[in-house]
Amino acid sequence: MSEAVALHAPAIRRDPGKFWIVPPAALLVLLFFYPLALIARQAFLDDSGVANAAEIFRVLHSRFFLNALINTVTISVAATAGCLIVGLVLALILAFVPFPGSSFIARLIDTFIALPTFLVTLAFTFLYGSAGMLNTGLMEAFSLPLPPVDFLYSTWGVVLAEVTVYTPFILRPLLAAFSLVDRGQIEAASVLGARPFRIVRQVILPAAIPALIAGGSLCLLLTVNEFGIVLFIGAKGVITLPLLIYGKAIQESAYQVACIIAVVNIALSLGLFGLYRFAAGRLGV
Amino acid sequence: MLVWSRPGRIVLWVLFALIFGVLFLAPLAVILLSSLADQWNGVLPNGLTTEHYTDVIRGAAWNSVKASLITGFLASALALVSGTWAALSLRLQGHALKRLLGLLFFIPSAVPSVSVGLGLLVAFSHPPLLLNGTIAIVMIAHFVLISAFTFGNVSAGLARLSPDFEQVASSLGARPAYRLWHVTLPLLAPYLVAAFGLSFALSMGELGATVMVYPPGWVTLPVSIFSLTDRGDIFAGAALTMILVAATLVLLLGLERITKRATGA
Repeated sequence: MSEAVALHAPAIRRDPGKFWIVPPAALLVLLFFYPLALIARQAFLDDSGVANAAEIFRVLHSRFFLNALINTVTISVAATAGCLIVGLVLALILAFVPFPGSSFIARLIDTFIALPTFLVTLAFTFLYGSAGMLNTGLMEAFSLPLPPVDFLYSTWGVVLAEVTVYTPFILRPLLAAFSLVDRGQIEAASVLGARPFRIVRQVILPAAIPALIAGGSLCLLLTVNEFGIVLFIGAKGVITLPLLIYGKAIQESAYQVACIIAVVNIALSLGLFGLYRFAAGRLGV
Repeated sequence: MLVWSRPGRIVLWVLFALIFGVLFLAPLAVILLSSLADQWNGVLPNGLTTEHYTDVIRGAAWNSVKASLITGFLASALALVSGTWAALSLRLQGHALKRLLGLLFFIPSAVPSVSVGLGLLVAFSHPPLLLNGTIAIVMIAHFVLISAFTFGNVSAGLARLSPDFEQVASSLGARPAYRLWHVTLPLLAPYLVAAFGLSFALSMGELGATVMVYPPGWVTLPVSIFSLTDRGDIFAGAALTMILVAATLVLLLGLERITKRATGA
């Protein structure tokens, strides 16, 4: 509406203003794009500054890189699927089967976006760790000698933590989409005898698809980039690309290797970012 | 109402409570509990104590709180100025350039934070741009990571602004600078405060880039929490996490109140 008004309104004088964009753009170039370009350059140079392209092939074929890549993609896809399912269930109940205080609960979940991601991992250590509440409880109840639950230090621990952290990113667009669904249509369908499951499938889900696609691709991007959760779980077998970059650069001072992996990681992230922008722009979320 | 039968609704509410309890409530509650736990050998702690809080406050915690608050404030302030500036001046560009530049300002939010840190290390470790080992490089890392969010928030606010006010001001003869200062910016104020709050919260929780670039004397809260838990001192880590959560929430609620009062809502 306001855009349409702006199109027909007389344009505010524009000519001298074109150069105002230069200062913030220059700041971004110096502090972000220039370092990014240097990462790409450093990927071709060994740590004494001599060109060494053979190292790229060695790293890309190495076991540690391939493992990290597979881990990153597996975790990201599984966590996104989990976020979509949990987010959809929670949003459906919040929007269509509301209970007293449900809007407060929705806001509470929303504040999770502002909290540090590693908080959840730390909490999971107390809940599901080898000396955590669940294991101690089970060991006491069934007098077991060893902690029975050990999923936390595997890929699944990371996935569960990421589902907690990133579900709010699905919930937010879904609730916005659901608030636009015509309540009269749902009541008419149910008066005519449609079962809730059928209403969800035929009336509600079609309205939610854009939000699911946009939220899902945002989740893919954020989970590929996630660092704190994986670092805090600290499982030997669960290394993702960001963690590998940190390990190579800071713990081993192998900058060329770190830069090669970073180029792959950044390319993957930018691809997913493109997907998200395309989905969000196309679907008007 | 989608489900009419009372039992059906109750089943769904129990399902909701279960998911919400396990995924969201339990982690927060358990962090709070463990930060207050005395000895913890059974399912529940044997007793409660504030010892972990006094320990971390006497220890390095105060310096970490200070480092996080100063970093968050300066990086968010810079991101606010730069993001608002970019969003405002982007309106003066042609359509194609506007879309391209808008995309470029968003890209920092898509790049993994560890890589942002790595890039700063590679770029600023040699003279004349030697920043490695200084506090400035931490601020820059945070600024880069939050700049896209500030830009996005301010742009969204600008898009919702009715152009009428600016046009009326302009047709009444207000010069661009006067119009910007007395019309556009006041109208944008709620979005600016919200953007500042969000970027401050993001900065407080930032770990990936900070862990790559931080100098010895400038350990932010997340880094400090990680080194505590990495050493096995998870109770102190939990106490420090609660301090971080409390600081973030107080900040966000405070800013929300300021916005509400300013807009009279």
